[in-house]
Amino acid sequence: MEMFETWGLTLVVFLPLAGALLLGFVPRDNEGALKTVALGATVLAFLASLGVIVGFDFGAGGYNSYQFEVNEAWIGAIDANYHVGVDGISLPLLVLSTFVMVLSVIYTWNHWEEPYNPKAFLILMLILATGMNGTFVALDLVLFFIFFEIVLLPMYFMIGIWGDRTPRRLPGFSRTYETRLYASIKFFLFTLFGSAFMLLGFLALYFESGNVGDGRTFDIVELTDLGSQGAFTGTLAFLVFGAMFLGFAVKVPMWPLHTWLPDAHTAAPTVGSVLLAAILLKLGSYGFIRISLPILPQEAVEWAPFIAILAVIGIIYGSLACLAQTDMKRLIAFSSVGHMGFVMLGIATMTDIGINAAIIGMVAHGLITGLLFFLAGSMSHRYHTREMSRLGGNIRLMPVIGGILAFTAMASLGLPGLAGFWGEFMSLVGAYNPLEGLSLGVFRTAMVLGAVGTVLTAGYMLWMLQRVNLGEPPAEWETHEFHDADRFELAAWVPLIILIVVIGLYPKVVFDSTTETVTSLVEMAFSGDTTAFLGSGG
Amino acid sequence: MGFEIDYLALAPELIVVITILVVFGLDMLLPRAQKYWAATAAVAGMAFALIPLGLLAIEGGTRSMFDGSYVTDDFSLVLKGLFLVAAYVVFLMSHDYIESERYYQGEYYFLLLASVLGSLVVASARDLIILFIGIELVTGPLYLLAGWRKGDIKSNEASMKYFILGVLSTAILLYGMSLLYGLTGEVTFAGLAAATAGMDTPALTMAVVFLIVGFGFKVAAVPFHFWAPDTYEGAPTPITAYISVNSKAAGFVAFLIVMYSALPDAAEVWAPALWALAALSMTIGNLAALRQTNIVRLLAYSAIAQAGFMLVPFAAAAVAGAALEEAFAATVIYLVIYAVMNLGAFGVVIAGARITRSGEIPAWAGLASVDARLGVLIGVFFFSLAGIPPLAGWFAKFVMFRSVMIAGGAATVALAVIAAVNAVIALYYYAKVVARVWLDDQVGVFPGDPEAPPAGSLRLALGVTVALTVAIGFYPTLATFVGDASRVIAAGG
Repeated sequence: MEMFETWGLTLVVFLPLAGALLLGFVPRDNEGALKTVALGATVLAFLASLGVIVGFDFGAGGYNSYQFEVNEAWIGAIDANYHVGVDGISLPLLVLSTFVMVLSVIYTWNHWEEPYNPKAFLILMLILATGMNGTFVALDLVLFFIFFEIVLLPMYFMIGIWGDRTPRRLPGFSRTYETRLYASIKFFLFTLFGSAFMLLGFLALYFESGNVGDGRTFDIVELTDLGSQGAFTGTLAFLVFGAMFLGFAVKVPMWPLHTWLPDAHTAAPTVGSVLLAAILLKLGSYGFIRISLPILPQEAVEWAPFIAILAVIGIIYGSLACLAQTDMKRLIAFSSVGHMGFVMLGIATMTDIGINAAIIGMVAHGLITGLLFFLAGSMSHRYHTREMSRLGGNIRLMPVIGGILAFTAMASLGLPGLAGFWGEFMSLVGAYNPLEGLSLGVFRTAMVLGAVGTVLTAGYMLWMLQRVNLGEPPAEWETHEFHDADRFELAAWVPLIILIVVIGLYPKVVFDSTTETVTSLVEMAFSGDTTAFLGSGG
Repeated sequence: MGFEIDYLALAPELIVVITILVVFGLDMLLPRAQKYWAATAAVAGMAFALIPLGLLAIEGGTRSMFDGSYVTDDFSLVLKGLFLVAAYVVFLMSHDYIESERYYQGEYYFLLLASVLGSLVVASARDLIILFIGIELVTGPLYLLAGWRKGDIKSNEASMKYFILGVLSTAILLYGMSLLYGLTGEVTFAGLAAATAGMDTPALTMAVVFLIVGFGFKVAAVPFHFWAPDTYEGAPTPITAYISVNSKAAGFVAFLIVMYSALPDAAEVWAPALWALAALSMTIGNLAALRQTNIVRLLAYSAIAQAGFMLVPFAAAAVAGAALEEAFAATVIYLVIYAVMNLGAFGVVIAGARITRSGEIPAWAGLASVDARLGVLIGVFFFSLAGIPPLAGWFAKFVMFRSVMIAGGAATVALAVIAAVNAVIALYYYAKVVARVWLDDQVGVFPGDPEAPPAGSLRLALGVTVALTVAIGFYPTLATFVGDASRVIAAGG
């Protein structure tokens, strides 16, 4: 156990990368070995993350104290260290990441998209896993930046190689481009644009820490200490928050920086969409909670109304855009804009309720939207179309897939009793009573609009169900033989379904991990006694 | 005082001189079928030259000769190491290329070695005359080598353009230097620094401007870059790699040392000029690269843009009036990483052209489907040039941004923002190459045989560069010692 205390997180992060290296030596046509190695690496990483849960002391509490911490010199010349650790906030996300990864590998077992090449696909998946897991445990800004960026390359190739090949004409261009080519580079450019500025923000923090602290540092723990003492203020801090905001907001994505998302999600191969929705988007919102809020609390309060407004626009805009979609996968993609809007609204309230809501919202969105993309992928695999106008009566043709789709859509629209409910509900509660000093007018309007958003969400989800699942199957499918969900699909989906129900009925499994950390984060950063004014109810 | 010669300090240069003579002799004496010995001798000589370099590095300290005109310190050792290793990689890439096209090998290696000798001299030169000789020795042989493919009209054009603009820049450079000498009566950098302190005459300004224009040509910074794309495209690819790495690096080193060591007090003239050169090179280089369809021309414009990034730390620090220590460190780290990945990029161009028989990017469509390993290498080098972690390029960009932020101030932050936007633009065209190779389907059949592996020496060159690109990316400490060594110069070495 001693050993695992120091090596646990490193294993979780680098086992997939080791698997990717190993895959490099497996011959291309030995598909069985390729899949076994990939599954082995992801399962081991998942088990290691479970080991972290087992060894995690949930009572430790107190923000800015991490467990399984490792802090070794990495790049001496720029004071960057290999500093990793978990706390109650990152733990659920880390486990979500390793868990969804295993399910994705299981799903790929017999779902290969053109142009095939399982070797390359699995290698990319494993590199992606390392980037995602690493981001959730990094406690050094440079390390965080590297992991944050590592995910770009694999995702670019996933969308670009295995993505949607439908030709598409862009406004202002005479020739057509394949969707995948357009979507992949758009994803890459947007994210890189954000992260270039994020890096400038990190560097500014680094130098400022030399002026106000004991010496320049990229260490998130030390910077958090400085930040909670109010070390970073003034124009510089304002600009730094803005620079980091660009980086995180593109990733979340927040309106109006979201335009890469529908393209990327729709064009990506099924597993790519799943991982994008389930994990990659969380890197942005996690960055807000882990870096922006604790290190620049004053600026966070300054920016909060702005973030809340953008979040609510995202909720409403995402929902309305969903209502206009004819493509099922694109609809699910736009629904992410709305759901991540709730997450950001929760964060913007700067209260423990809101941030707890954001984290459980992130976990729930990861499970639910991940499952929705699995379903959309499996259905378009069978129908060879995603146009909802050509679909119908799915539940009759494929009772199992149809049933799961109905269940997941219900979870997505926030049905109480399922996982999606808590994030939306609590973030609205948080918005009713934001941190003291934040404009009640803005946040209560946001709450009302967010509530309208939940209705719209229910609207488009039910409408999608109606068009896809219910009614009579169209003539073209009437006589078609469909095979319902196979065992690999079920093996990937059933664990998600179980978790959606468990978290829905008993959200404590997440809150047990997060609550204490979040409460002490809010206390430390905003030093307000939040529980007191929550009780007063405005 | 006096002219005692420190043979150990001069040993790398002397070994290269001896190698030049041996190659020359072998080329004359050996029958045609055995001329490959000339190549072997050249490569071996380069490797030998690294030995005294290692000894000097272990011994440490500064060795100064000829009244401080010729100095061997950590800074110059690091650069000499870079020049020798980079040239070694170029030799590896040349071997097969030269042999397969039936060129005269002896002269090729003879000329290339002479250019390497020049770059070694530049690294140690601490007065204007030696520096000038060094820099001309670097470029002189390259005018000939650029026109090596005598039957190809593009190669002729490459050589001609390079020669005419090169000579023009030489004249301008020399004029600037003579003005400086006329004003001060000094040629050593230390003497010039002392003599120009507090000097404020239009003639000094003019001299500085002439120097900037002259060096601007050598490093192909915008707006003095017009020769670069045509020369890059027409010259034999290994020579292009050499021009874009060694010759550019030598020009850079000369540029920065002269500005910093010889003209520190004229900073109000050269600092804004460097700022403008950096911003223009990045922006124009990148925008022009977006439109390229030839892979070598794309790399030419990319090299222009990269030169802009390399100028950023120095320009930022000078404009802000901050200490130049970090700027030197950042620039040299950038140079080293750039050298590794750019050589690799040219290596994959040579390896890829073996299959596609074309430098046009559309002809590379689907290359990865016939040679996945080459596809991976193309991905590594081009994304590294774009600065995507975890490949070495990220660290180059990182230290560049870092040194800008150290300098602080509005003008430098503006430069950092320009650099950040340019880093994003650059991704587009680097990714375009990778996209053709990986994302596109093969069109027709490739004219070359994808099954035939590239020559062993080229494989070695690619292996070395890719290993360094990935290793530095994950563990940048491998590259930071060059930055520490560069602080010597800023500390007044």
